[in-house]
Amino acid sequence: MQRWILGNKNKIVLINGSLIAFAFASKWMLENLTLFHWGLAIAAILGVLPIAIQAYQALRVKVVSIDVLVTIAVTGAFLIQNFEEAAIVTFLFLFGAFLEQRTLIKTRSAIKELVEMAPETALKQMGDGEFKEVSVDEVDVGDVLLVKTGAKVPVDGRVISGEGSVNEASITGESLPVAKEVDSYVYAGTILDNGTIYIKADRVGEDTTFGRIIELVEEAQDSKSAAERFIDRFAKYYTPVVLLMGFVVWLISRNLELAITILVLGCPGALVIGVPVSHVAGIGNGARFGILLKGSEVISDFSRLDTMVFDKTGTLTLGSPSVAETEYYGGQSEQALAFLGSVERESDHPLAKAVLEAIGEVELYDVSDTEVIKGEGIIASVDGHCVAVGNQALMERENVRINEKALADLKRLEKNGSSQVLTAVDGELKILMGVRDQIRPGVKEDLQKLSRLGVKNLVMLSGDNQGTVDVVSSQLGLTAAHGNMLPEDKSQYIKDLMERGEIVAFVGDGVNDSPSLALAQIGIAMGGGTDVAIETSDVVLINSDFRRLPHALGLAKAIVRNMKQNIAIAVGVVLFLLAGVLFSDWMNMSIGMLVHEGSILVVILNGMRLLRYKLR
Amino acid sequence: MKAATIQLETLTCPSCLQKIENAVKGLNGVEKDSVQVMFNSSKVKVNFNDEQIEIGDIEKAITALGYGVKKSSVKSV
Repeated sequence: MQRWILGNKNKIVLINGSLIAFAFASKWMLENLTLFHWGLAIAAILGVLPIAIQAYQALRVKVVSIDVLVTIAVTGAFLIQNFEEAAIVTFLFLFGAFLEQRTLIKTRSAIKELVEMAPETALKQMGDGEFKEVSVDEVDVGDVLLVKTGAKVPVDGRVISGEGSVNEASITGESLPVAKEVDSYVYAGTILDNGTIYIKADRVGEDTTFGRIIELVEEAQDSKSAAERFIDRFAKYYTPVVLLMGFVVWLISRNLELAITILVLGCPGALVIGVPVSHVAGIGNGARFGILLKGSEVISDFSRLDTMVFDKTGTLTLGSPSVAETEYYGGQSEQALAFLGSVERESDHPLAKAVLEAIGEVELYDVSDTEVIKGEGIIASVDGHCVAVGNQALMERENVRINEKALADLKRLEKNGSSQVLTAVDGELKILMGVRDQIRPGVKEDLQKLSRLGVKNLVMLSGDNQGTVDVVSSQLGLTAAHGNMLPEDKSQYIKDLMERGEIVAFVGDGVNDSPSLALAQIGIAMGGGTDVAIETSDVVLINSDFRRLPHALGLAKAIVRNMKQNIAIAVGVVLFLLAGVLFSDWMNMSIGMLVHEGSILVVILNGMRLLRYKLR
Repeated sequence: MKAATIQLETLTCPSCLQKIENAVKGLNGVEKDSVQVMFNSSKVKVNFNDEQIEIGDIEKAITALGYGVKKSSVKSV
């Protein structure tokens, strides 16, 4: 019975509403007051049923919910034979809840779309070698799966045979298909555009990259800010207090009508729902644009951002520098190049790649006793020679003499913004290479957007020399730029800013900048390695797309604005109703309920605007 | 000890949260501090001792309040 009533709430609202319409029609058109009263009385009894059941369930687990307040109020109205009020209040309450449900589904639609992109079935190779369709939950690590054209890749895994092209937009935001062949890695939730592949499951379910993204989004939308936790705690005691207040008013004034009006007016409607609604719509908008804001604290901090600090290489620049100039000193250049190639082959420094590309094919030697000096370079022993590869500081450390011509070359390179790779063999300078990194296309416009959004300082930090840094800085129009910085200098710099009370975001590659990323209130990792970037960032940009940064900041600000509006609406409504009951004689239960339900819809609709938010 | 994630039918009123939270917390064998009812994703996360209580009992406590359970997943912790 209970289940049936709750399951058919919508039908009950309809009948309840029709009965009320019928009652008023009989009063005005037939002038039949008996029908009027009977119609309303039946409507009230029918309408209060589902509310009373919910109230009972709430009381059983020791919660004084809104349903309890409304049930008492309606019963009270019924007792003093005010059927009109009793019926209308139940109708408004039920119909309001119905509209709330409808509109809430809309605010959550963006995230729902994301969740629905998750694969549900997989073609799994069974014991007999045949492939059978199973639920993704039944796929274990190590299983062999078949993916056909048009199907979703069910888990993260490696291609073991076949080939095809995969649309990875759900993971990387990149809509151009990516070719996959044997040994390529494929991600759950991506779609095989054409071809057929067999994959071996590597990560399944919530452990897949896509699963992690969904989980983080879901956690983010339900994470609560300090303000929200306060509202929750407040709401817990608020309803019992209202109940008590109604009772006290009745004891003093012996006016049941007034007492039950207070119960209805006291419903904490818009206040409780306003903030979560802004939250879910805003985070949903982000998810659509490839931005994940991890929770309310992040949104709140991000929206009040003072300073944005960028790592240079790989963040503001493409991070794939190339050798622009090469100078040779002394003889035996060929041998020196071969030594340089041998040393750089073992390094994963971004400059090493550029150097190797520039050298091309050379004879390679065995390298031993390699010593990496942080921020300076590498010293190693190659074919019995001591080879030092690195910057000017390393040369000084190794007491390498730098002649006049080399000094002039260094100056020139520093001026045009090149990083310098010097190579010394047995303490004698042999090669100087100038490596330049290109600025990421569009970065300048994005930075301008960020400062228009109210970021006061745009700062660049880099391990490169000051000359390089200044060149990039002036091209981009940054507030400040500091070179020659080691990872610990960068985190110290951020610490200093924060001690001055600034709110700081750090944008870095997520590998060697992790201390700074962790330290700043807002860490944003741009590393192509999706896992690291997702785990360490407070704001995750899918595919590490720099262009999404201004949208992310604008969105955070819009969400906070929206929450404040909703709180203002909710508090305003309560004050209005309170004033109404104290200073006017037209305020009654029905109007109170109407205003309440109206304000709930207003905050939901206001929150929904965030779904359409776009940076101008 | 087991950790369960229970997916519910869409939750629409914030006051539902408190009801569900209290109902689940009131069960024997449920770790009280672990109960987390998520409004927007309509999920309940809870740790429980599987020697004292089964996932079915937790689901029953929630459905008894009038909220449908779609799916539960249980992991050992």
